[in-house]
Amino acid sequence: MNSLLAYIDGIGLLAPGLDNWEAGRAVLAGQVSYVSRKTSLPAPAMLPPAERRRSGPLVRVALAAGAEAGAGHDLATLATVFSSSGGDGANCHEICEMLASADRQISPTRFHNSVHNAAAGYWSIAAGTMETSSVLCAYDASFGAGLLEAMAQVAVDGVSVLLIAADTAYPQPLRAVRGIPDEFGVGLLLSPRRSPASIAQIGVTLSDAAAGCMADLALEALRAAIPAARGLPLLEAVARSKPAALVLDYLEHVRLAVEVSPCGQAA
Amino acid sequence: MSPTLQSLREQASGLARCNFDTVDLDTWIGEVDGLDGIRMRPGMEEYDCRNNRLLQLALEQDGFADALRAAAARHGRRRIGVFIGTSTSGIFQTELAYRRRDPASGALPPDFMYATTHNSFSAASFAQRYAGLEGPVAAVSSACSSSAKVFASAARMMAAGLIDAALVGGVDTLCLTTMYGFNSLGLTSARPCRPYSADRSGISIGEAAAVALIERADASLDADAILLSGIGESSDAYHMSSPHPEGLGARIAMEKALAAAGLAPADIGYINLHGTATPSNDAAEGKAVAALFGSGTPCSSTKGATGHTLGAAGGLEAVICALALRHGLLPGGANTTALDPALPLDYLLENRERPIRHALSNSFGFGGTNCSLVFSRAD
Repeated sequence: MNSLLAYIDGIGLLAPGLDNWEAGRAVLAGQVSYVSRKTSLPAPAMLPPAERRRSGPLVRVALAAGAEAGAGHDLATLATVFSSSGGDGANCHEICEMLASADRQISPTRFHNSVHNAAAGYWSIAAGTMETSSVLCAYDASFGAGLLEAMAQVAVDGVSVLLIAADTAYPQPLRAVRGIPDEFGVGLLLSPRRSPASIAQIGVTLSDAAAGCMADLALEALRAAIPAARGLPLLEAVARSKPAALVLDYLEHVRLAVEVSPCGQAA
Repeated sequence: MSPTLQSLREQASGLARCNFDTVDLDTWIGEVDGLDGIRMRPGMEEYDCRNNRLLQLALEQDGFADALRAAAARHGRRRIGVFIGTSTSGIFQTELAYRRRDPASGALPPDFMYATTHNSFSAASFAQRYAGLEGPVAAVSSACSSSAKVFASAARMMAAGLIDAALVGGVDTLCLTTMYGFNSLGLTSARPCRPYSADRSGISIGEAAAVALIERADASLDADAILLSGIGESSDAYHMSSPHPEGLGARIAMEKALAAAGLAPADIGYINLHGTATPSNDAAEGKAVAALFGSGTPCSSTKGATGHTLGAAGGLEAVICALALRHGLLPGGANTTALDPALPLDYLLENRERPIRHALSNSFGFGGTNCSLVFSRAD
């Protein structure tokens, strides 16, 4: 099977202790030590006020990662792939709690925020884009599933695709069965052709090899704890600006082998 | 398939007044009988929930499981992808578990299994394991366009050379989240839903599972094969729970699907409308269809028969389009009697028997997600 190729033209990151890609790049390049702290979720400035008020944590983390990855590009022209391992955990808890109570009248906002594609819907409004949007879930394999879908779309449709993988924390009692501890969002703008914005070229193939880990124990704990963070080894390779070959976590039967070739002069 | 065809021939409706679980809403539903008696195949018990029971039932209809086994032998289990659309997956299982929380600690009951029942990936994972496949797999969860968009994901992966075939489909089952949620938006009807009717007043929620095996078309196609000839996707960029009032996103999806199929609007012999029977959906979609096709293309919504099966609707209506193409049966919409005069379409109130070559199916969802599919006869 041939490798699926794309250029990374933009990166966005919002994670525990990593407020954006610039901060993340310095940590992942080994220039600054990693210190974990609760992810801070900005109200999405790109949304109209009414939608901004209604946006939950998944929408906020996804839009922050997407906006940073797409900065400087015409967002209205970008196809999108959203991948989340389970959507908005806190909103799900509130709905299930109400439905188990005497008053089942969940609010319209709570209901429309419960759909797995809520972030995609808000993004379309915020970015003014009418382009294709794929919204996926593959539980712990969600980052890999999103990357594969986006790479296939870049290769087949010849368009730039913004991949946004995002997860939210689950409150108790769901936390006991789904232990995602915090919000994590990563955005990758993937393009079929090299441009002055290109940071690195990546080639992705299916692989039987085992997924690689992060050398830093705290970053490895993050990678293991949150499905969207399974992309950290790829971000690390890009941050180090050196050619690299790595294996990302995906499914029980198959992983994703990724070759990273820096384009030089990375911003 | 044959009882479905027979029901379409009779213009029967499966809707009944809601008596599901403890739901106290004045509404109608399309419920699949007998799910409480289904047992998961041995070894798959951890997936046990209403949603996966219905999916297992669909996988076992019409010789489908045998077709999957033959495809796995032909292509290799790594070369077949699985893409299943669902909106709420097995959330009903979590709704039930929340009624059984530990009074002291608030903990969920120990027999509750989140990953294999509630999580959106559960149905796709179940289908993959049921079929013994090991290729790429994902749930597509874009509300009511989910199981139309699975065809797009599968077709892209096939074109990219990652897979040679795909198990695609959709499944959604009755749950309180969708019933009380749509009720909160004022979108459920107190009567059986009446798509494109002048007095339509909202949806009737239904449940369904529909699955299909898709492979590359080659020279040895039999005349009965159905081709997926065009896919069009778009986003509304308008509102989270209301469609663009002129149906702009819907129109773009239909235009893209026609362009991908290399067809003109006049080539389409039947349109299976999204037709949810909410005032806003049918008005927006009707305007978009009229603008693109004029008033001469036969069309209907089959949701009067099935209810709105949400994330399963795209898959279910793809199957109905396949039946229409194979049998030359253009199904009239059940329940609707007096059409909305503001929507000048050739909306079928009665069945029409007529051979057609191409059919288009529309699926639109919350968050302004749109997908249109064109299916064609192979001969």
